[in-house]
Amino acid sequence: MDWTLLILATVKIIVLVFLVILPMVAYSVWAERRVSAAIQDRVGPNRVGIAGLLQPMADGLKFILKEDFTPDHVRKTYYWLAPAMTMVPALLSCAVLPFGSKLFGERMVIADLDVGPLYVFAVASLTVYGIVMAGWASNSKYPFFGGVRSTSQMISYEISLGLSIVPLIMVFGNLNLSEIVQYQAVNGWTLLPLWGEGRSLEGFLLLIPMLISFVIFTTSIFAETNRLPFDLPECETELVAGYHTEYSSMKFALFFLGEYAAMIIGSGLAVTLFLGGWSLPFGWLAPASIDADVPFFHGIMHIATFFLKVVIFILFFIWIRWSLPRFRYDQLMRLGWVFFFEIAVANVILTAAIMMILN
Amino acid sequence: MAIVVKRPRLKWWEQLYLPAIFKGLKITMAHFFRTLKGKSKVTMQYPEENWNDHLPEHYRGAPALVTDEQERERCVACQLCEFICPPRAITIKPEEIPNDDKWAKVEKRPREFEIDMIRCIYCGLCEEVCPEQAIYLRQDYSITGLTREDMVHDKERLYEIGGKRVGLVNKWNELK
Repeated sequence: MDWTLLILATVKIIVLVFLVILPMVAYSVWAERRVSAAIQDRVGPNRVGIAGLLQPMADGLKFILKEDFTPDHVRKTYYWLAPAMTMVPALLSCAVLPFGSKLFGERMVIADLDVGPLYVFAVASLTVYGIVMAGWASNSKYPFFGGVRSTSQMISYEISLGLSIVPLIMVFGNLNLSEIVQYQAVNGWTLLPLWGEGRSLEGFLLLIPMLISFVIFTTSIFAETNRLPFDLPECETELVAGYHTEYSSMKFALFFLGEYAAMIIGSGLAVTLFLGGWSLPFGWLAPASIDADVPFFHGIMHIATFFLKVVIFILFFIWIRWSLPRFRYDQLMRLGWVFFFEIAVANVILTAAIMMILN
Repeated sequence: MAIVVKRPRLKWWEQLYLPAIFKGLKITMAHFFRTLKGKSKVTMQYPEENWNDHLPEHYRGAPALVTDEQERERCVACQLCEFICPPRAITIKPEEIPNDDKWAKVEKRPREFEIDMIRCIYCGLCEEVCPEQAIYLRQDYSITGLTREDMVHDKERLYEIGGKRVGLVNKWNELK
């Protein structure tokens, strides 16, 4: 057994998940509250610490100290399993995200799989089981509705989510996320082909299907992470609190934080696929190839760039949430099945046509 | 007869839905930056800022008892306020004023006068009904306590809040 590999992976997991993603989850809750407040001309949490920066700690403490109440009428096993089932897949799917180029000659990705996006989709779609389980095990009507809605919503968006990145994969000819980012670093981001090989007729023409892909992908990510305008499983105005109506204390917090973790991973994936991952614009500090050595300073810059992009994308998530009203249920289904599915398929054909004609 | 509501025919770019989204995003973004620049009116930061200096003359705060300029308690324990109080917050136990007292002519005074501030709805009917102009609603609004007993204002506390009303106090003149 290769011990160095194991230790390196462990270190990366601990640093990425426990020192970066989980604090980011906590602070995206804070950002959500502050930004939504600013959008609605309010102040938001500003009491705990400077500008309310310690609010996540206070919230966490509150959640831990609350009574962990299990109602009598629930199915205990599934009821206890459900919160973990939403949180764990969200964290698992960060394994393939390249969050930096190289540091000390080591690729900044936990698992350098050759099936990157497929792995993310496979694992991320498991979150729905947590929600369905919660809805079913709670044994009461509103959570049940939430669970059912979640299922059908997930099915209708998973398809367009998968199909929307097919054009990208056709262009990259690769499923390894590290290499996809490396390609974008040298040849221009998917949505900003202004340098390298991207600065060509083909690059500009491909921008059309890529933009369509981006819109479909982002919308589907919103649906996948149960964020407004697609938060039908939760839907406070209709279903009390949806699938987590019967949950309290830390179990509720796990659902809540799982949603934000999924949001961060979704942003990470969108950034990696469409906005050049860790690479800086216009090929600055871009390593020549995936095996090239990267100086320490450049490596740090790349990591910072990645997380900056993710933060901007999360702010975009929040901004959308506080701008759009929730879709009606039939509108959501129509959007998923009638529009996005067809557009995604047409998009694949369009990309293929462009690539075929220009080669 | 059914009324057919005419719906506007949407242009193709309107049917795309995206322009409407961008318009909405623009509006929320404008609000966001306006709040960041501190240009929008936001909630008062209560414990630090408060309304104390801006309360209107007619503000109805905690009800309290007042004495006149000779330190005599105005209340004669007629119990009208107790009877009119809609939530029954007021409890009065009257007593006779002994003959050797300076104010023996007044005959009655409250031995105990309690207002339960958990019950009080600040309606001001006690002030309106009082024939002696002995009870007034003052401007204190932050009535707090750690127990239910703390929230019951006894006679001493009521005079402390109320203080002294000097001169001829007619209920409907400028002084209130």
